[in-house]
Amino acid sequence: MKDPDIKRLLYAHLLCIFSVILSTFIPSIFLENFSILETHLTWLCVCSAFVTAVNLVLYLVVKPKTPSKRSSLSHKVARFLKCCIYFLISCFGFHVIFVLYGAPLIELVLETFLFAVILSTFTTVPCLCLLGPNIRAWLRVFSRNGVTSIWENSLQITTISSIVGAWLGAFPIPLDWERPWQVWPISCTLGATFGYVAGLAISPLWIYWNRKQLTYKNN
Amino acid sequence: MQKVFVLVFLAWVSFLFYAGIALFTSGFLLTRLELTNYSSCQEPPGPGPLPRGGRGEPGACWMASRFSRVVLVLIDALRFDFAQPQVSPMPGEPPASLPFLGKLGTLQRILEMQPHHAWLYRAQVDPPTTTMQRLKALTTGSLPTFIDAGSNFASHSIVEDNLIRQLTSAGRRVVFMGDDTWKDLFPGAFSRAFFFPSFNVRDLHTVDNGILDHLYPTMESGDWDVLIAHFLGVDHCGHKHGPHHPEMAKKLSQMDQVIQGLVDRLKNDTLLVVAGDHGMTMNGDHGGDSELEVSAALFLYSPVALFPNPLPEEPEVIPQISLVPTLALLLGLPIPFGNIGEVMTEPFAGYKDSQPHSSPLTQASALHLNAQQVSRFLHTYSAATQDLQVKELQQLQSLFSKASADYHQLLQSPRQAEAEAALQAVIAELQQFLRGARAMCIESWAQFSLARMAGGAALLAAACCLCLWASQWTTSPGFPFCRLPLMPVAWCLAGAVLCAGLLATTGLKLEPVVLVAVAAVGSLLPFLWEAWAGWGARRPQAALLPTPGPVLLLLLIRWAAFFSDSFVIAEARATPFLLGSLILLLVAQLHWEGRLLPPKLLGVPRLGPSTPTSPSQHSNMHALGLGVGLLFCTRLAGLFHRCPEETPVCRSSPWLSPLASMVGGQAKNLWYGACVGALVTLLAAVRFWLRRYGNLKSPEPPVLFVRWGLPLMVLGTVAYWALASGVDEAPPRLRALVAGASTLLPRAVAGLAASGLMLLLWRPVTVLGKAGPSAPRTRTVLTPFSGPPTSQADLDYVVPQIYRHMQDVFRGQVERTSAQGPLTVAAYQLGSVYSAAMVTALTLLAFPLLLLHAERISLVFLLLFLQSFLLLHLLAAGIPVTTPGPFTVPWQAISAWVLMATQTFYSTGHQPVFPAIHWQAAFVGFPEGHGSSTWLPALLVGANTFASHLLFAVGCPLLLLWPFLCESQGSQKRRQTPGNEAEARVRLKEEEEEALMEMRLRDSPHHFSAALLQLGLKYLFVLGVQILACALAAFILRRHLMVWKVFAPKFIFEAVGFIVSSVGLLLGIALVMRVDGAVSSWFKQFWPSRGN
Ligand SMILES: [Zn+2]
Ligand SMILES: [Zn+2]
Repeated sequence: MKDPDIKRLLYAHLLCIFSVILSTFIPSIFLENFSILETHLTWLCVCSAFVTAVNLVLYLVVKPKTPSKRSSLSHKVARFLKCCIYFLISCFGFHVIFVLYGAPLIELVLETFLFAVILSTFTTVPCLCLLGPNIRAWLRVFSRNGVTSIWENSLQITTISSIVGAWLGAFPIPLDWERPWQVWPISCTLGATFGYVAGLAISPLWIYWNRKQLTYKNN
Repeated sequence: MQKVFVLVFLAWVSFLFYAGIALFTSGFLLTRLELTNYSSCQEPPGPGPLPRGGRGEPGACWMASRFSRVVLVLIDALRFDFAQPQVSPMPGEPPASLPFLGKLGTLQRILEMQPHHAWLYRAQVDPPTTTMQRLKALTTGSLPTFIDAGSNFASHSIVEDNLIRQLTSAGRRVVFMGDDTWKDLFPGAFSRAFFFPSFNVRDLHTVDNGILDHLYPTMESGDWDVLIAHFLGVDHCGHKHGPHHPEMAKKLSQMDQVIQGLVDRLKNDTLLVVAGDHGMTMNGDHGGDSELEVSAALFLYSPVALFPNPLPEEPEVIPQISLVPTLALLLGLPIPFGNIGEVMTEPFAGYKDSQPHSSPLTQASALHLNAQQVSRFLHTYSAATQDLQVKELQQLQSLFSKASADYHQLLQSPRQAEAEAALQAVIAELQQFLRGARAMCIESWAQFSLARMAGGAALLAAACCLCLWASQWTTSPGFPFCRLPLMPVAWCLAGAVLCAGLLATTGLKLEPVVLVAVAAVGSLLPFLWEAWAGWGARRPQAALLPTPGPVLLLLLIRWAAFFSDSFVIAEARATPFLLGSLILLLVAQLHWEGRLLPPKLLGVPRLGPSTPTSPSQHSNMHALGLGVGLLFCTRLAGLFHRCPEETPVCRSSPWLSPLASMVGGQAKNLWYGACVGALVTLLAAVRFWLRRYGNLKSPEPPVLFVRWGLPLMVLGTVAYWALASGVDEAPPRLRALVAGASTLLPRAVAGLAASGLMLLLWRPVTVLGKAGPSAPRTRTVLTPFSGPPTSQADLDYVVPQIYRHMQDVFRGQVERTSAQGPLTVAAYQLGSVYSAAMVTALTLLAFPLLLLHAERISLVFLLLFLQSFLLLHLLAAGIPVTTPGPFTVPWQAISAWVLMATQTFYSTGHQPVFPAIHWQAAFVGFPEGHGSSTWLPALLVGANTFASHLLFAVGCPLLLLWPFLCESQGSQKRRQTPGNEAEARVRLKEEEEEALMEMRLRDSPHHFSAALLQLGLKYLFVLGVQILACALAAFILRRHLMVWKVFAPKFIFEAVGFIVSSVGLLLGIALVMRVDGAVSSWFKQFWPSRGN
């Protein structure tokens, strides 16, 4: 466990948080009447794109884990395509889960799907960047004592906090406050975003505080 | 013996909860004080002269009468828009074509042709909008109270002063025809009466046709002063078909003809009043306070011109009880003593009066009389109780004295010029006083006894703590089984006897509620003391409290939700959400522990020191499927939702209504087929399950019943549905047959179910055909055991050994002749003997309950069984069973079970509000109604409403049994993976070890009892905290806007649900114990000296 690692993690996370914040301001320069609540779907797309871009950049720049030995172009392309497919599958999977949880089946399909996209951006994209399209590694990271590095540990934290945030976001919906953000799925997307940001902020600190206890076998 | 103590202890804990609920209820649902003072002719309502003509004239009392006779036509549930005149549509605009619009053409014609003879009001009704409450208000002029809303079955006579009483004491002849609710409200008050049964809401015509037979002859005979006709057809049509059905148009047209007939026969001295007692919702129900329910029509017509002005464009909105003082004064009667209604001014205006200012003067004097009466009432009432707020009362009094002084001053100096304006000012003042008085009464007639509420809540909280504490304690080794439960019961009895003796000797009167609460507290205290002294000193308390986990967090969220009216309203959606979260949490936890997926899928070898040490390390891949299946079922069940009236955007599922309300033939048949399919699937699933665990082969009577009786029940249900859904289409000559069959079929199904349950209780062990010691085969089977036991273990665990041996024999003999089948196969069934009895009992219970619901709810019942099956499997996947130690049922299992019960309550079309109660359930098997009995319909409706509570509570022991049942599957799976020979032998041994299934419970009877007790206590705890949360919410938010609409009904439903659940829980545990006892006696036959 080295402090420089944690520092790098912190900077990477700050960049992600920054991208989320940027996504709420940049589009209002180009688009008129842009606001998170009114043009919510646009914001969802922009935010998703920003976060994905930052994750990709981080993946290319930082490369926390040595990529696989075979690095031929065709292999890279195949890997990229696989990642895209995984992302799509995760979007549809989330969509189905939302519907099972009570989201309307026919009305607001686009809204529900974009919510699935943003949640996938917060959870699946970092997984793909860090672990690659490797289901086994994913399953390993999300089980007890499965993490092998601080990066995986922070991935675990941000993913879980994003999902918990989205879950908590469902609670204000039935309240009779008549606020614009209580409409499906705005409160959930906001909850997921807050959860993601909170996870990004907390995980370096948590790892820093627990650096004595954390021992990774493969590190 | 331990088993009996478990039951006694659970019953005592339930009693504690009941006492808390009763105490809280007695403080929370206080009724308004009913005064028994009466107004009389001789005694004017206040000082000062009576208006002109008030004395001396014949038939006049406080005021001269304008009409000597009245015809009051009450059309039940005549919503305002049913009677509203229809403006002719603009050219190019399509005419409104709703079946209930514009059908009362007579009213419209009269209003157009004779504008000075008639007037239509939009009458505002005070909730609850149930017929009996409305009739009380319409005759007393007062407000209905909340608690009356539930007592629609047991109506009793009105003790307050009312119009009917005033009429009879003035010697008027009151003739009544119609709804027999009036018979209970006004026993013996009518000079002639024709009552018709009102309870059967599916019967549209009996009451109306009965009235029509007598209405015109009575009217023409002239032998009456007041004629009241209460038609029920419109209301029943709403309940049966809803307002949007063509039948409603027919019914309203019939009412129109009635009104036309009455108008044609009216004499000049007669006033015609057409009124609805309340409205109806979009679905045709009523009882709540939505806009459609509280707006009723009120139409006055006089053959002589009465009103100075024609009806304004938008009819005036008045409180419905205004009719009471108006009618009283128009008929020259005293206004009933407790009336808080305000006289309508228009009928007193006078159309063609010689003196120009006299019409406002008459209005003012009517209002003044009314105000005097209300003031007198307020005075008397505030002297009797402290309900009304003193400050507001004083304000009102000063308002009244000022208005009264102005009025008297005006009377003394009637100068024409200023009189008109001054009169209007006085009228305005009097009206202000009357409105203020009414508003104050509405606000303050919800009074609480804070001490009782707090006491009840505290008792509930104490009982919850006791449950939590005792449930943790039961599994600890030193739990004093026999002594502990008996002591509080003994204290309870002693205290009750002592109290009863004291009361008998001193003649002191103490309310039974308080007595019960005192007994509960009295029995609780020594128990706590004993527990503290005997055990608390030895171990830290903290060890007993459950460790907080995600499950407790979920439960906490659920309890917090009871404090928000939005969440109570949205509970139908929130519960599946929480249930789904819990399910995914369970699956995620399994994965987190590494028990969901086989290790090879995890890629790298598992790291860290704490690889799961449990021997059942096999993967639970199927748990993933179970979780997804459960989510899917939950979502499907959510399709059957009924919207709360507070959310207008929401659309109720059309599938909750009975098939009889469908119009299309094709769709009806399809649905009918689907319902039959659901029933057959349910039956097949249960039979498949029983066969899978081998319980369908024994010749025991319950098994025979399952094989032959259950299909008969299905057949009966299917036939009954066919009759019920097509009863209106039956040819007339078959009517009698159809009526007979629809009476007999449900009763036959219920009777079959009851006899099946009796059989099950009589011979619950569905294991063995003939097990007498004389049977030679049995002897040979048992010979190895009749020798001296080889070890101590043999002595201790003889029973499982017999079982094991039988299994061996079964394996060896399975290919032999079938003549030897019964015995060996029977032995194989021993592993599931408890759960087989439970499942059979649940199925037998479910069928009559299913019959009480609308046909399409059978799909929900199918889902219910499927869901609980999946959930039990999922939970079993998370619980290791091989540990020999104390058995426990984890909290997540209990919470999921309770959540599922709540979810099923909603998906069977219920809502915790009174208008949503399925009253029609009372007619299943009793199409003609129940006569005077009230307990049977109450029981039927209660069984319909709390079916899910009952089923899940009775099935609760399955949570304990299922993991043992699932053992066999695990072992079967393992058999398919062959290893080397030595390993295989070990496997085989292991397998035998595991396949003991439920006999493991019999292995350690002490732990079994403890587990049952713990299960019961945990279940009571989760339910108890719910009722505590409801009580606290009602307590804290008692001044909340929504308290009568949301929190109070929720509390009542939750309380009754708790009582039903606790009774069901006791029954379920008792059934398990009955099976246990039967198994013991069964073993005794083989091993007379050692049977347990
Ligand atoms: Zn009614
Ligand atoms: Zn009704």
